[in-house]
Amino acid sequence: MDKIQLGEFIKSINPDLEIKEGKQYIEVSIPPSKLYILAKELREKEETQFDFLFCLSGVDYGQDLGVVYHLRSTKFDHVVVLKTRTTDRDHPQLDSVADIWKTADFHEREVFDLLGIKFTNHPDLRRLFLDSSWGFPLRKDYVDDINIVTK
Amino acid sequence: MEEKVKNITTDEQQEYVINMGPQHPSTHGVLRLVVSLKGEIVKSVQPHIGYIHRGIEKMCESITYPQIIHLTDRMDYLSAHINNEAVCLTVEKALEVEIPDRIKVIRTIMSELTRIQSHQLWWASFGMDLGGLTCFFYGLRDREKILDIFEETCGSRMIVSYNCPGGLMYDIHPNFQKRVKEFIKYFRKILPEYDQLLSGNVIFHERSKGIGKLTLEDAVSYGITGPSGRASGFSCDVRKHEPYSAYDKIKFKEILFTEGDTYHRYIARIDEMWESMNIIEQLIDNIPEGPYAVKMKPVIKLPEGEYYQRVETARGELGVFIISDGNKSPYRVKFRSPNFVNLSVLNHIAKGFKIADLVAIGGSLDLVIPDIDR
Repeated sequence: MDKIQLGEFIKSINPDLEIKEGKQYIEVSIPPSKLYILAKELREKEETQFDFLFCLSGVDYGQDLGVVYHLRSTKFDHVVVLKTRTTDRDHPQLDSVADIWKTADFHEREVFDLLGIKFTNHPDLRRLFLDSSWGFPLRKDYVDDINIVTK
Repeated sequence: MEEKVKNITTDEQQEYVINMGPQHPSTHGVLRLVVSLKGEIVKSVQPHIGYIHRGIEKMCESITYPQIIHLTDRMDYLSAHINNEAVCLTVEKALEVEIPDRIKVIRTIMSELTRIQSHQLWWASFGMDLGGLTCFFYGLRDREKILDIFEETCGSRMIVSYNCPGGLMYDIHPNFQKRVKEFIKYFRKILPEYDQLLSGNVIFHERSKGIGKLTLEDAVSYGITGPSGRASGFSCDVRKHEPYSAYDKIKFKEILFTEGDTYHRYIARIDEMWESMNIIEQLIDNIPEGPYAVKMKPVIKLPEGEYYQRVETARGELGVFIISDGNKSPYRVKFRSPNFVNLSVLNHIAKGFKIADLVAIGGSLDLVIPDIDR
């Protein structure tokens, strides 16, 4: 399926979604509560078969914290980008997709480590690079007293 | 006291936890593996990483785009040139700059030379991990020849930083074509020696065939790319699926196997060296004339938006994800590094094998630690 067909197909699964045709890939914005269900459907539906999660990145948007999922189908070679964001900066929580794509296990641990987003139902959510005394360095309001980096 | 010691060593029901690393010769860097053993059998492997985490993604947020290129060298230092290229391609894609053919061809040749030298070093150290010390000398001897070519053209041997947004830092050295052709002629004669030394060795077969099997389904689910993924039958070569630079103009085949064990991950890399030589031979006599760099603005600012670029490094798929807010430095940069993802499968495939096999499996995944930690 090309970009437009893919957008229409996702629209048919859930008509409330905000779908944007990006320069490269089709981009779907989705509230955190519906993320897991859509991810599972995209993985299992015969027409889409997104079986390869090739990138999972956490982003601090200033007000919100978000996660961007890049999905590809190895059978059809089409790509979709899922975006979700939460406004709760103190206790951000998202559903884990580690049982759909096993690669998400490490990626989500990285996001938890650097941005402090908790993933519910994650098999083993521990910090990855840093120890627990660190803050969350990829947040925009993070202050490093030792190595002061200013823009 | 004595009785207690006796219990620990003889009781087969008890699991024995040992630390492999962070300073262990077979982890090729500061990687710590906490291994649970029952007797000699591996029950679980928990990687502990972050010993050389430098926060490259955070640093990128406060520097300009041309500066980022020099940080990417320090991720996967054996694929330095390909990492540079990834960032340059992203910036060029965002600015919609048309790149002349000369640059594309030179970049492709350099990428393939990088791939060969990376696989040579991998072959050298993999042989050494399994007890064949001769491999190390053979591998480094031949790698030296590529590094000399790099030194002449780029001014640097390993951390080349030869790309810049819009093209290359400098033109190729007048000797470049001659020396590359000499190297290909030499290496075509030498590569069968690698097979004689290791690929056909009975001890090596015993230690690698059927060890650390990874099925196609798991390879896709864990996102294992590069030669490790292709050994399991996962067609993931970005050069084929999303051609960049000059890869759409040349003929080469994607190395695919279905077995997915340590032996086939090894063979996949040896075959890739042959394939890389084919690619270079197709291009080396046909480098078009033209400028070696496009003139760019002195301060590069990407238009607002999100950009993703995938390239094929020696270890798998490297993704560069840039979110720009229109400033001279990016809002957020994410590097999807192949080694970070490939490490995640180690626990899955090493389970049930002996601790000595863990070294072979780890070696066959070809991990570079700075790329995991970033």
